[in-house]
Amino acid sequence: MDSEPLPRGGESPQPPLLELRGVTKRFPGVTALAGVDFAVAAGEIHALVGENGAGKSTLIKLLCGTYPADAGEMHLAGAAYRPQTPLDALKAGIRVVYQEFNLLPYLSVAENLFFDRLPRRGGLLLDRKSLYERSTALLKRVGLDVDPRTSVEHLGVAQRQLLEIGKALSSAGRLLILDEPTATLTPREIGRLFEIIRSVRAAGVVVIFVSHHLNEIFELCDAVTVLRNGRRIASLAVAGTTPQEIVHLMVGHALERALAGGKPPATPASSEAAPALRVRNLRFRNNPHGVSFDLRYGEIVGLAGLVGSGRTETLRAIFGADRRDGGEIYREGRRVAMVTPREAVRHGVCLLTENRKEEGLVLPMPVRVNLTLTDLTQVSRAGLLRRRAERNVTQAWIDDLDARVASLEQLVLNLSGGNQQKIVIAKWLFRNAAVLMLDEPTRGIDVGAKAEIHDLLRRLALQGKAILVVSSEIPELTALCDRILVLWRGRCAGEVRRAEFDDERILSLACGEQPAGLRAPGRRASPGPSDERP
Amino acid sequence: MNDRDRPTGGQTAQAIEAAPGTEDLESKRARAGFARRLLREAGIGVALLAMIAVFASAAPHFTDQSNITNVLTQITINLIMATGMTFVILIGGIDLSVGSVLAFAAMVAGLVLKSQGLPVPAAITLAVLTSIAVGMACGFANGFIASFWGVPSFIVTLGMLNVARGAALEVTNARTLFEFPNEFNNFGTATLFGAPAIFLVALALVLIGWWILTQTVFGRLIYAIGNNEEAVRLSGHNTFFYKVAAFVISGLTVGIGAIIYMARLTIASPILGSGFELNAIAAVIIGGTSLNGGRGSLIGTFLGACLIGVLADGLILMGVGDFVRQIITGGVIILAVIIDSYRAKLAERTR
Repeated sequence: MDSEPLPRGGESPQPPLLELRGVTKRFPGVTALAGVDFAVAAGEIHALVGENGAGKSTLIKLLCGTYPADAGEMHLAGAAYRPQTPLDALKAGIRVVYQEFNLLPYLSVAENLFFDRLPRRGGLLLDRKSLYERSTALLKRVGLDVDPRTSVEHLGVAQRQLLEIGKALSSAGRLLILDEPTATLTPREIGRLFEIIRSVRAAGVVVIFVSHHLNEIFELCDAVTVLRNGRRIASLAVAGTTPQEIVHLMVGHALERALAGGKPPATPASSEAAPALRVRNLRFRNNPHGVSFDLRYGEIVGLAGLVGSGRTETLRAIFGADRRDGGEIYREGRRVAMVTPREAVRHGVCLLTENRKEEGLVLPMPVRVNLTLTDLTQVSRAGLLRRRAERNVTQAWIDDLDARVASLEQLVLNLSGGNQQKIVIAKWLFRNAAVLMLDEPTRGIDVGAKAEIHDLLRRLALQGKAILVVSSEIPELTALCDRILVLWRGRCAGEVRRAEFDDERILSLACGEQPAGLRAPGRRASPGPSDERP
Repeated sequence: MNDRDRPTGGQTAQAIEAAPGTEDLESKRARAGFARRLLREAGIGVALLAMIAVFASAAPHFTDQSNITNVLTQITINLIMATGMTFVILIGGIDLSVGSVLAFAAMVAGLVLKSQGLPVPAAITLAVLTSIAVGMACGFANGFIASFWGVPSFIVTLGMLNVARGAALEVTNARTLFEFPNEFNNFGTATLFGAPAIFLVALALVLIGWWILTQTVFGRLIYAIGNNEEAVRLSGHNTFFYKVAAFVISGLTVGIGAIIYMARLTIASPILGSGFELNAIAAVIIGGTSLNGGRGSLIGTFLGACLIGVLADGLILMGVGDFVRQIITGGVIILAVIIDSYRAKLAERTR
């Protein structure tokens, strides 16, 4: 138990709306939360931060009645609060936007918004008129520009995220919990989301905001609580702390390089040699414009752009994961077909997809199996597996990348996000891929692991790998890349070299070169109707 | 999607923090994993042993040599079909056509067997090869259609169920074939080391299948595809090949099953094998293989097929009527699935 008095902040004179005392949750063999005290004052936006595995999600699940606490008490607005089911939490006025979407894909947007209390006529018939009116108003409020009759399956990830938020706001609550709501949103949409959150606060709702992005916390939140290994490390007023201090508290040791960004490697080798990868007029998804660029060994190139600008599609089309409509790909000067991932892999090109859980890993299988999946010939003879060789080579890669796993037989499902991502990288290094394409390599990963993955990518570039990175975070790209290609609506809107890196410039290219329309630099562009298409 | 720090994540982080110097924690985990795996397989094994114990004391003549031979003979066909079915279910598919394909393969093989002018050994060899070829061809059609056009294998094989049954009837215009060579018919009742020869064939198939699934690259990819096909495809594998191969293997076992069934019955009839697909699926599911694919084993399937066979035999010896027997068998299948889902939940919580 962490019983020493800790600095507290952000408290207002009135009693806290939500108060947790000594809350403990054990799972077989592990204590996920150990005597956590946690208080959220009325009228505040309270950030909850911690590395993966710190206990944030467990805390949220206790609050919303997914499972009961083993010890400790919870008070909501002064009264004892012991939710047994999610319904209890809902009745108590707690609204949650989970990281995983809980939408019904084949129902309409409107039906999803009001699923649990569809307006009726005469007690039986669905009142479509009222349903669509109320949905339209709600969609407008969250800045989601879609027809309420659209089936959810046609929405993109960012739109689904906004829809989830709309769902949480569709009925009055007094505590709104947002679990990593910005991970899939573009700067514009994040700006809009922050406005919504502030207006919700103004309406008297208390907000708990979980995020890995410290800059968001410093922009939005009033107070912050840091969890580490299931303990509350500190609760502070945001005004009285710094990002460095928060990182320090989260990681438990100095890891400021996460924020410093580190020095990128020297500019790559001579540009006379044939580029590792040359892409010409790559077209996909009926996009009439072609994407063209060169990627050389030893350099890290970033692909920036808004959601729907074709970043992911570009990577997937090069890799042969999705159909191409046209264009040429050259590998070290030679034209290659690369129509299937199998061919791409044979040409030494690999893709780390944005959904490591769905597409990068076989979650219910061991670390060992996942790592060797890209090249089983290395660990077999005449089609027969050589388990000892497999274990040795897997262990070597695990050690090399400093991936923290309990054993090689541990199921990947049980690893933290950062370690999962390391396994995905390791499996391609095991295959000895020369061209690495990474789609959002650090999404949903805590700061410590993020810095490690950045370091790793720099090291790999120094070793001569050609690296292409897609990221929604412009600061990540500027910290990591030698140059950045900006995509806009399926075409290259421009290229920015390291010496000219400027967040504002990259963002304006990504928005289609609007010169004066943009107000704020950096991530927080002027919020407006999102013009992205999924 | 994003990572969540579920309790599992917490567990990982803590276990790792504690890792240096706490060697025993890791070995404890490894042991727990082994125990859990043992439990999974042993669960059905214990159920089987308990059932044998009950019948041994309650059912007259259950432990007689002749009854044991009878049980082994009875489960042979189902065991062979369930072996191929395990491959299909492991990749997340299902093969409903095995019973009909068995009849079709048997009819074609029967015609070959009865063809005039061939010396008996040649006719038998040719019949075996034909039966296997028919089975594999049907399996290939199932797998190709399902994988190439992305049609659920449930639908494709439901279609094949009808196609193959119709073809079986068409081959001889619904006539039954009999009077096969004695050498052929004798195999159906032959014994080797005191066990029915046909059961030993089934056992050999189980062992070969188990070896393929656990020891080869092919088996590794079957499991991986069953768990996450897209991840395997994006790792640079031709998932199409493996998915079709699983259905071809199912067809192969059906072809072997057809020959053995003919030898046992000494006839080939176009109405053979109806409902066999459900017995095979039941054996696989009772054996703990997940219908969603990716999880399970042939040892489980073997035990599942034994359990179904022992249950039927024991109930007959106890004088339980045919109708009641069906009710009980159905209940056991449902019970097995309930236990499996409970076990899966338990495993999830323990992680």
